[in-house]
Amino acid sequence: MTAGSTARIRVILPPHLRTLAHAGRELTLEIAGQVTVRSVLDALEASYPMLTGTIRDHVTQQRRPFLRFFACEEDLSHDSVDTPLPEAVVSGKEPLLILGAIAGG
Amino acid sequence: MSNVRVLVGTRKGAFILFSDGKREKWDVTGPHFAGWEIYHVKGSPKSPNRIYASQTSGWFGQIIQRSDDGGKTWIQPGTPPGEPTTGPGGMPKGESNKFVYDTSAETGAPLTTHQFYDGTQHPWEFKRVWHLEPSLTEADTVYAGVEDAAIFRSKDGGKSWQELSGLRGHGTGPKWQPGAGGMCLHTLILDSTNPQRIYIAISAAGAFRTDDGGKTWKPINKGLHSQYIPDPNAEVGHCVHHIAMNGKRPHVLFMQKHWDVMRSDDAGDNWKEISGNLPTDFGFVIDVHAHEPETIYVVPIKSDGEHYVHEGKLRVYRSKTGGNEWEALTKGLPQSNCYVNVLRDAMAVDSLDKCGIYFGTTGGQVYCSNDAGDNWAPIVRDLPAVLSVEVQTLS
Repeated sequence: MTAGSTARIRVILPPHLRTLAHAGRELTLEIAGQVTVRSVLDALEASYPMLTGTIRDHVTQQRRPFLRFFACEEDLSHDSVDTPLPEAVVSGKEPLLILGAIAGG
Repeated sequence: MSNVRVLVGTRKGAFILFSDGKREKWDVTGPHFAGWEIYHVKGSPKSPNRIYASQTSGWFGQIIQRSDDGGKTWIQPGTPPGEPTTGPGGMPKGESNKFVYDTSAETGAPLTTHQFYDGTQHPWEFKRVWHLEPSLTEADTVYAGVEDAAIFRSKDGGKSWQELSGLRGHGTGPKWQPGAGGMCLHTLILDSTNPQRIYIAISAAGAFRTDDGGKTWKPINKGLHSQYIPDPNAEVGHCVHHIAMNGKRPHVLFMQKHWDVMRSDDAGDNWKEISGNLPTDFGFVIDVHAHEPETIYVVPIKSDGEHYVHEGKLRVYRSKTGGNEWEALTKGLPQSNCYVNVLRDAMAVDSLDKCGIYFGTTGGQVYCSNDAGDNWAPIVRDLPAVLSVEVQTLS
């Protein structure tokens, strides 16, 4: 992606956050500049303020421990949030998945 | 004729139960916030259609919800869709779910440690809101009791929250420790005759009182005796499960401790045991009749190792003598093969004549007595496990 261009990123939220955001299964976010987990979450929270604090901590910005980030069948949860996301995500071919840990109850 | 609105928090959502003053036929709505743990729902005494709810999840953290129409619709205060989330300083604007301990030099207290289950020291970490206590006089002011134990206040209808850090900074924090449910501030009582006075209780630290609006706090645990801590008569460390007060007589407090039912006649400065003839004095809930301040209610639980009612019988015990002499109330309640618990915030009373008593169980039943406990009937039988019950008497 060239500098100054805008990417349309597909994001899939876990069901409870869809309810909270009054949104469907998949969202599309426009990201100017480098596409990273951080820039996607910034854009997500800007469009859906009610999600602030639900995916990453308000202050530390750390990922909540029961949530994971996946794309292109890879676990990105432990990568730096400033690592560029795969080209398939940037191009919109693949979504960024935000998943809740599977647990009973 | 008056109506009543019962606000029920459960493991999987909130429910609202509505009836006229007869309290015989009920309309049930919900689940609100389906699938989320709703620790507490409580209405504003000043503006009864203003209701606050604590919505929480191990996955997604804390959410505060507010209704201004009696629970028909809900908003997350402070986070209108489409607006920027951050202000000029880069801090999030949507702060209704932002509970940050105040460590500032001006008003805060250092983020110290408390005792963990294994006896080591553990840093304070915010987990969830256990209890919301709306102000008696201002609809936009509401207090929150949280885990790890601290008290927060919002003056803008739940949009933003500030810690009253004098409690956490009391200095005894290293001796506080979590109970089985976490180290939670679960009880918060406002004094209608003295706006500067607030009572709180923490598991397991004990009870505290402020007489200056939350700046400074005093442990009020004299007379409590707890065998499970190294010094059974310690100033702090007691696992107080709940405290109740009749607002017309605010210096008299009743307490269900881990074990022992207690009362204080001097605003918590001294406590004496009133367990009397109870079959077991372990339990969680305690409440006071709205019009008879010496009439109190508990639900005895078998033991700290067996959190269900004694002998498989769901019995509310009532004392009309302020304690010590208790009678079992059983009419309409299951008297065999019943093994539910009644959690600490899951009992409430209305202010009708006759006083209505309500409680919810971990089996999902919400019971009502419309005659001060003499007879009981289930309002609903099959909700998720009930975490909290509050009632509003509406004119």
